[in-house]
Amino acid sequence: MENKRKGPVVFSEIKSIDALKEALRIGRVGVLDVVRDSNLKGRGGAGFPAGVKWNLAASANDDKKYIVCNADEGEPGTFKDRVLLTEYTRLIFEGMIIAAYAIGAKKGFIYLRGEYRSIFPHLVNTMAEMRKENLLGDGILKNKDFSFDIEVRLGFGAYVCGEETALIESLEGNRGEPRNRPPFPVYTGYNGHPTVVNNVETLANIPHIILKGVKWFKSIGTEKSSGSKIISVSGDCKKPGVYEVPFGTTVKSILKIAAASDTKAVQVGGASGVCLPKSQFDRKIGFEDISTGGSIIIFNSKRDMLDAADNFLHFFQEESCGQCTPCREGIPVLIEGLELLKRGECDKKYLDDLLSLAETMQLASKCGLGQSAPNMFVSVVDNFKSEYKLSKNTRKENLFHG
Amino acid sequence: MTKICSVEKKIRSEGKDLILCDETRSELLPILRRVQDRKGYISDKDMQEIADRLGIHPVEVYSVVTFYSFLNYEKQGSTVIRVSNCISNLLAGSKKVLREFEKELKIKSGQTTKDKKITLKETSCIGMCDKAPAIMVNDKLVGNVTPKKVQQVIKGIRNGK
Ligand SMILES: Cc1cc2nc3c(=O)[nH]c(=O)nc-3n(C[C@H](O)[C@H](O)[C@H](O)COP(=O)(O)O)c2cc1C
Ligand code: SF4
Ligand code: FES
Repeated sequence: MENKRKGPVVFSEIKSIDALKEALRIGRVGVLDVVRDSNLKGRGGAGFPAGVKWNLAASANDDKKYIVCNADEGEPGTFKDRVLLTEYTRLIFEGMIIAAYAIGAKKGFIYLRGEYRSIFPHLVNTMAEMRKENLLGDGILKNKDFSFDIEVRLGFGAYVCGEETALIESLEGNRGEPRNRPPFPVYTGYNGHPTVVNNVETLANIPHIILKGVKWFKSIGTEKSSGSKIISVSGDCKKPGVYEVPFGTTVKSILKIAAASDTKAVQVGGASGVCLPKSQFDRKIGFEDISTGGSIIIFNSKRDMLDAADNFLHFFQEESCGQCTPCREGIPVLIEGLELLKRGECDKKYLDDLLSLAETMQLASKCGLGQSAPNMFVSVVDNFKSEYKLSKNTRKENLFHG
Repeated sequence: MTKICSVEKKIRSEGKDLILCDETRSELLPILRRVQDRKGYISDKDMQEIADRLGIHPVEVYSVVTFYSFLNYEKQGSTVIRVSNCISNLLAGSKKVLREFEKELKIKSGQTTKDKKITLKETSCIGMCDKAPAIMVNDKLVGNVTPKKVQQVIKGIRNGK
């Protein structure tokens, strides 16, 4: 594979399939130990340790287990998985095969968002090649008792299906409505069987870790966040694109990489993330500071942050599955509140009510969509006070007292 | 009421508490995709037939079809243009792009042209944030579509490209 991109982990040099051979050499327990010791955390946003997930699934007693690669990438401002799926296809498959070997899965799925359907043929062709090379199918690399194959499933334009339990519902042929967690998919996932759901990037890390070792991996990044993050940079900058940076990289240095100037705000983590004003550009990417699925959206000084918040709230309104009340009913109220703020008709009291509604949504929504929908609203209210004026007249009606 | 398909019967007889038929029901979305690929949309009759095949109620199929924004239960133009209205596109001026499409096609977002060739829609982030404004033409992702390029895109479609 020609490697045009450069980066500390995923974009570093590796010889295809050497990691799989190494995995087969050290055995299932060996792989599970390495992944656990590496402290690799999920790159899809939630940051759950991959090793814990794998170990739970591996120790589950069931003859059917599944590994699912989450390629639903729907968070606004994220496109790194598109690049990985196109340019690092075999690396991702290799990561999946190693995962399957470790947990004892015979079947895997790639859940590819409908928007990326144009990548579908490439994935299928690569899989066909790999079957010929005895890397997928029965008796992988002449190991009689290791058989595994992958099916690519297409999504149909629903952001919420990126949530792992909604994704499983969708795989089962249902509406993509999130389930309550617990129970977690590692216990009862696809059709009730133990299922590991991992992000594309998480899986792309695996071959590197297996081959180059825990010590190497932990030497990159920070103490609490080992390794690197692949970020998708867009918005007001000269060099939008996909970059791999070690954890601990500051927002400021990312702006430099992207050749951004006159920056007023940076949205980290997409619509569900936080919006940072200039005073916070020294903050660092990492699980101990600002955790992100990789979306970095840059706003220059001409942009209206209330408009940005409005765009995100409408996004969530469109994508909410409508199952639970705080999310379904809360989002429209915030949209209306934002409208009042824009017109300068929102008073302090009402704004406080809106903020406590936001808190309720964060606490009481069933899934991450509703929990994070108010984030941008709160960010803008807190961090961009100069962009709105509060009204002096107290509104007659208010949210909680009739 | 949900009919019980053979697979589920088997599972139940083995004492496993599974609500739905194992592999069969999970084929629903791939089946819907094949139907839509062939006809452009999924009609009531199709839903009925699929439901019969899977041993589930047609309402269940309907509820799935209506959940996913890329599944259509109404006839569409042979080409569907989706303009992303996400934040990166907004920053890059996607509203103007949408307006230009509306003007050129003489329809509003959500409608289909008189000759039934082109349907215009809006959608969320399509993962082309670095090449905004971006659109989808059926399954194809097209980046850097400035208002000036709108005519060219439409011409391409009309010429069957
Ligand atoms: C609304 C919502 C959307 C999500 N979308 C994605 C997604 O597109 N891709 C992804 O990998 N994880 C997504 N997640 C996180 C998944 O639920 C899950 O945590 C992740 O796939 C686990 O993989 P990881 O541990 O490797 O990160 C989403 C979560 C929520 C709540
Ligand atoms: S929080 Fe929103 S998206 Fe999540 S389950 Fe509730 S209604 Fe659905
Ligand atoms: S935010 Fe617009 S394509 Fe991603």
